This record gives sequence, C-alpha cells and structure tokens, in this order.
Amino acid sequence: MSRIGGAALAAVLLAAPVWIWSPYHLHILIMAGIFAVLALSLNLLLGYTGQLSLGHAAFFGIGAYTSALLTLRLGWPVWPAFAAAAALAGLAGYGIGRVSLKLRGAYFVLVTISFAGVTQLVSVNWMDLTNGPLGLPGVPAPALAVPGLFRLSFVGKTAYYYLVLAVAAGAYFLCHRLVRSRIGRAFIALRENEALAESVGVEGTRYLVLAVVVSAALAGAAGSLYAHYTRFVSPEVFLFSYTVTMAIMVVAGGKGTLAGPVVGAVLFTALPEVLREATSWQWQMVLYGVLLILIVFFLPKGIVPTVAAWLRERRAPS
Amino acid sequence: MSLEVRDLTVQFGGVAALGGVSFAVAPGRITSLIGPNGAGKTTAFNVITGFLAADRGEVRYEGVPLTGLRPSRVARRGVVRTFQKTNVFPQVSVFENAMIGLHLRGRAGLWSVILRGRRVREEEAELAARAGEILGFVGLAHRRHETASALPYGEQRLLELAIALAARPRLLLLDEPASGMNPPEKTALMGLIQRVREQGVTIFLVEHDMRLVMGISDEVIVLDHGQVIAQGPPAEIQRHPEVIQAYLGGG
Amino acid sequence: MDTLLQHLLNGLILGGTYALLGIGLTLIFGIMNVVNFAHGEFYTLGAYGAFLFLTVLRADFFVALLGAVALGVVGGAVCERVLLRPLTGESIDTTMLVMIGVWIAMQNGELLAWGGVAKSIAHPFPQAPLVLGPVSVAPLRLFVFGAALVLIVASHLLIRRTRLGKAMRATFQDRETAALMGVDIHTIHTVTFAFGSGLAAAGGALLGPVFVVSPSMGDLAALKAFCVVILGGLGNLAGATLGGLILGIAEELGAGYVSSGYRDAIGFIMIILVLLLRPSGLFARAERVG
Repeated sequence: MSRIGGAALAAVLLAAPVWIWSPYHLHILIMAGIFAVLALSLNLLLGYTGQLSLGHAAFFGIGAYTSALLTLRLGWPVWPAFAAAAALAGLAGYGIGRVSLKLRGAYFVLVTISFAGVTQLVSVNWMDLTNGPLGLPGVPAPALAVPGLFRLSFVGKTAYYYLVLAVAAGAYFLCHRLVRSRIGRAFIALRENEALAESVGVEGTRYLVLAVVVSAALAGAAGSLYAHYTRFVSPEVFLFSYTVTMAIMVVAGGKGTLAGPVVGAVLFTALPEVLREATSWQWQMVLYGVLLILIVFFLPKGIVPTVAAWLRERRAPS
Repeated sequence: MSLEVRDLTVQFGGVAALGGVSFAVAPGRITSLIGPNGAGKTTAFNVITGFLAADRGEVRYEGVPLTGLRPSRVARRGVVRTFQKTNVFPQVSVFENAMIGLHLRGRAGLWSVILRGRRVREEEAELAARAGEILGFVGLAHRRHETASALPYGEQRLLELAIALAARPRLLLLDEPASGMNPPEKTALMGLIQRVREQGVTIFLVEHDMRLVMGISDEVIVLDHGQVIAQGPPAEIQRHPEVIQAYLGGG
Repeated sequence: MDTLLQHLLNGLILGGTYALLGIGLTLIFGIMNVVNFAHGEFYTLGAYGAFLFLTVLRADFFVALLGAVALGVVGGAVCERVLLRPLTGESIDTTMLVMIGVWIAMQNGELLAWGGVAKSIAHPFPQAPLVLGPVSVAPLRLFVFGAALVLIVASHLLIRRTRLGKAMRATFQDRETAALMGVDIHTIHTVTFAFGSGLAAAGGALLGPVFVVSPSMGDLAALKAFCVVILGGLGNLAGATLGGLILGIAEELGAGYVSSGYRDAIGFIMIILVLLLRPSGLFARAERVG
C-alpha cells in the first residue's frame, strides 16, 4: 500500500470517533478491531504455514478467562493481566505445537479441535475456577493511572476504541515484521513444500511451533481485549461459531496476505449487523456456510488478492 | 573420505531395498550412482539425507555420523540434496525461492526480526544480493519475479539447483537432475555441475543418462537389487561384465 | 463386578454405533482423502429423517429407519457429485473448507427447519429392560446393537467380498494404478461417500430414539467418528470397528468411575494421546513411506 494511502487510512481511523455518529457503530468498529487481531492470528497459521487451526477459540477463551480471573480474583491491574493472558495463551499454543510435532493437515486440525473441546469442557465443569456456565461478571475495565496526578478509565467506547486500534495496529505491525523476514520465509516454505524446506535446513517442527505460539498469543490478547470490553466472560467464548467466523474472515479476506484478514474482519463484523435487521442468526450461519463453499469455488484466493490482481491487470496494459 | 556409507540396509516389508551397501565418496570430485530401476539409488539418497531411517548401517560425513539426523540437521552439516520429481516452492517468486534456500545463511531470530535493527537489515540486504548471484549463476536472473510454478519444466529444474546451492552445500546430492531435459539443456547442466565442482563442492549424483554420467564423473558406483556391484572410473565401469549384465537384465 | 459388566455392555452397545460412524468416515477419509467435517451432519440427517418419516409421513418404525438411511445415501451422493467431484485433485485443505461449509449450512438449516427444541422419536419396543443374568439391557438398545452389528458385517462383506469393494480397496492403495487398470475413480468416490454417509445416517436413525434429536447432535458424533478413525488407522475397517467398541467402552467406564461431566472429553483426550504416541493408529501395521 502506498505511503499516502496508508497515511490517509491512519487519519481516517484515528478520527473515527469524530465522524462515526452513533455509539452502536463505534461498537461495531471495536468488535471489528478485536476480530481483526483474531483473524491476523489465524492467518499466521493458515495463510503462512498452511496449517488450519479450528481450535483458535480456545486460545481466545484462555486469554479472556486469564485476564478476567487475574483482575477479578487477584486484583491485578489490566495491563499485566493482558500480558499474562497473551503469555498463557502462547504457552497453550506451545503445548499444542509440541503435541503436534510431525502432524500436518487434517491431523493437526483434529488436535486443535480436541484441545478446544477439552478447554470448553473444563470451563463448564470446573466451577471453582471459572464459575461454570454462569460466567464471570463484572470484569473491570482498563485504567491508566498515575497516582496523585490523573486516572483515565477506558470505560467509554471512545477510549476503548483507541485501545483496540492500538492493539490491532500492534498486531498488524508484528505480523508484518514477522512475515517479511527470514522467519516468515520459513513459514512460507513450510506451506509450499515442507520436504524441500527441510532439505535446505528449515526445521519444520520448530517453525510450526513458533507460528502456533505467536498465533495463540495474539488470539489470547484479543481475548483479553474482549473480556475487558464486554466485562463478562462465560464458556460462550469457546463457541465454535467464533472459530468459524474467524476462518471465514481469513479465507474470504485472503489468506496469505496481511490486509486480507483485516478486510475480512471488518466485513464479517459489519455484515451480521446489517443482516440482523433482515434475518435471524441461523440464516446468517447458513449463509456463512454457503459463502464458504462459494468462495472456495469462485474466489479461492480471497477478496484482497483478487482485487489486487484485478487492479494490477488494469494498470498494466500488456 | 568425504561421505562414507557402511552396511546400509533398508527393508520394505520382505524386500531389501538396500541390502548392506557400503561405499565412499571422495571430496571435491563428481561421483555418480547408477543402476537399473529399483536398484535402490533414491532409497540411498533418502537415508543419507535423513528422509528415511535405515534398519542397519551407518552414514558418516567428514567423520561425523549423519544416521538418525533429521533432514534439516543434515543440511546444516553441509549435505544438501535435490529430488527426483521437480520440487520448488510453487506459489512464490523465483527470487523468494532462492531466499528460502538461503535460510541457513541467516541468523535473525524472533526478537531481532521484530525490532529489525541495523544488523537484520544488513543481513537481509546481503541475502538478497546472494540470491541474485545464485540466480545469475544458474541463468535464471531474468526470471526473478516470475512465480515458480509458471516456469517451464527445464527452468524449474534449474531453480531446484539454485535453491540447493543457496544452502551452501559442501556435498551436493543430485537426484536425476537431467531427467526430462532436452539435449541442449543437458549440456548446459553438465557445464553448471562442473562449475559447481570447481568451487570445491563434492558432487554425488544419480542419473540414467549414460552420456552425462560418463561425461562428467570422476567415479561411478553401480547399484543393482540393493547391492553395490561395481565401483570405479567411468571407463572401467563401461567394460565391467556384471554392470553390462545388470543393465541388459541377465540372470 | 456387576456394575462393571453393565458398563461394559453399555459401552459395547454405544461402541457399535461409534463403529458405524467410524467405518463410514475412515472409508471416505482413506479412499477420497477428504476430511469430511460434515459427517456428523449426515448422522443428524438420519435422525431427523427418521423423525420426518415417523411423524409427518406416519410410516412404520422400521420403514422410517430405512427411509432415513436412504436419505443419507442419496444426500451423500448428491453432495459428492455437486461439491466434491469438481474439486478432484485439489488440496486436502480446499475440500476440508468446503465440507466445513456444508457442516455449517446443514446444521443451521436443520435449526431453521426444526427449531432448537429437541425432538424425541417414538419406538415400538417395550420399555421394561431385559434381564440377562447380572446385566440388564433395554430392548431398544439391544435392537440398536443388533442393527449396528448387521451393518458392520455388511460393510466388511462389501469391502472384502464384492467387486465393488475390491475396486474401493484398489483405489485406497494406489489411485493412479487403479485408474490405469480401468477402475472408474469418479464412481468409486461417489459410492464411497454415499455409503459412508448412509452409515452415518443409520447411526443417527438408530440412536435417535435412544437419546433425543437436536440440530447439534452431530458435532460430538463427528468428533467421536474422527477419534475412531485415528484409533483404528486411516482406511482400516477392522481397526475402525475395534476402535469404535474401545471408545464406547472407555466412555462408559470413564463416565461411571471417574466423572460424567467430562465424558465427552474422553474422546478428545484419546485423539490427542493416540496422535501423540502412535499417529498411524493403534492397529495400523508399521509401514514405511519410501
């Protein structure tokens, strides 16, 4: 993206609370931001190493619960809880990676699904820790405080919007640095041809584990953001529909690109809201299923790469 | 001795793909491994480079055992192989293919990549320069922006070679590098292989094209039914009665 | 001891249906290299199909079961023909994504059609349990086990004794060679998918009266099917049969002696453990990939 385009986008995003007229639409933007982080995290695995995780809701949920429990039960401030949430989710990712080792493709997917299943069952059954299906209400909002000078609480939507924007930008920046580097090339090598990659010294397992850890940590960070925004965490965060939505955002937006998941996140956060007026959520989900099939058939690369290729065709009159 | 293989045995079910094979590859020379189909040549390559575990036997490179190491570790020791069927990184550019091959020459880890300080940027620039050099060496410089899968067959094989060279091998194992090439491509390949050897790389190749094999090899090892039946300079091998019989299907 | 025997019997009965699900999936996964995440939806389809035949069409119970299986077979054939055949040769991720789409669409379609309230299926068997020595079993469950057994045996016979089965085995072992020898791969794929889906529908139709019918019942069933496939090894029919029985028994024992809340976790944990320790399955012969 050109520098001017980037600067324009940044200006638009920073000024959003000014030109967005209703709190409801700001809420959509906030949720889009949280999902953008999630989509970017899933994209790191699916788009770059080529492995599909259908258990990312587990990392999201671990992040949400960790952050909620640390702030509620132990009285931690939000910022270290946020870091701990990402770290713990990353650790879970490390576990998955070590379990998976040489597993690829469908077997890797099954491990991630199983992990998500177990995590969900734990959150429902371990009442002492998680309060089971009743969930954890009253999760505190983040606050920036310098004792004696000021206290800024991120309760209002405007403040939280900037927080989410900052985290989303940070996640994008992190992914950008990662994929344009030696490590990113190793990820891509894994996806394209693992045997060939091994033969030139790229250790498949090591880079897959790294990808899962970073991906899980990002998802955990998104979970923490979610927890302190909605201020309520329940086993519903492990719902498979979150994972499905994430996957659609990445696949429809364009896996293997960085803009794709972000575009997908915005589109598929806004879309349900638009559809909500028209139809019930079951119809939405049916639509999602059909959409996934249609995209595989007709837009296999996703929206962003297809549009980019189309633009390139138009610009190059060969 | 550069590469030493001792009593290598690989069983598939009841069949011995390799039945106690021993040979040595001298450093700085071009050695070829030939034999009729099913003789065990690719199996030997797979075991040497860690893609397959042997049931018995040992592989040593420059005195250090390679047996049991995974392929990426073998590559780290300087032993790199190409594959029988064309293997590139299909959906990325030719340049990116070469950059991936240069993986071992870089050092950047997770944190330095994120911070992207001066050292990392310099490393990337160096790697990019090296990638350009290697592509020029194999004659693919004009293709650097093309997607690898879009290349014609012969150029994909050259790209394969470039990727392997990028990993800075001291011992290069080429598995049927000329297969599917037309005569002018094969001649160019022969020249390339010789230039690689001139840079001090030991070459060990599997090939079916006898003209190529006899043309560039310093030493030929003949495999049949999982056993070494002859080893020596090309002229000797061409006259070797057992070799002739193996190829004509006697017995 | 009696409780143990009872648990074992219950587990065996449950395992029979797991085996049905597993056999269908291992055939699809093994022969077509398709990760059928919609397998559970054909199970659900079978259950709702039985319900449809019974309540709306007022058919006889056993006719309804047959109708449900037919629905699964036809549905599977249509799905393969329309969605999977055009994607022949595509990577395993692509077909996986398509099947996930089918999963989502089917489940929520069922939710729309039937609503979220669970339905129960009436059956003609007496409620009073039969007492066989130290154990007792409800007649319905005995019937379910018997029917599952018949289907399992039929599957084995199909694969081992018929020409069709031989063609399927050939396709599993080496698709290219099978094609060269005159096997019509496209037809084999359609038959495999239809057969596997039919077995899943049978499972759903049989278990529908035992439990209740709800749109999400297929999710767990699918996961257990995958567990069975992993336990038994890809494409291994005997392995899937044994694996199904083992899973059923493990679940019953776990629920009885450890905790019933985590009952479903047993399948998940087994998946992780088997993949960790013996990725080719408990019963697969150690084979080298050259």
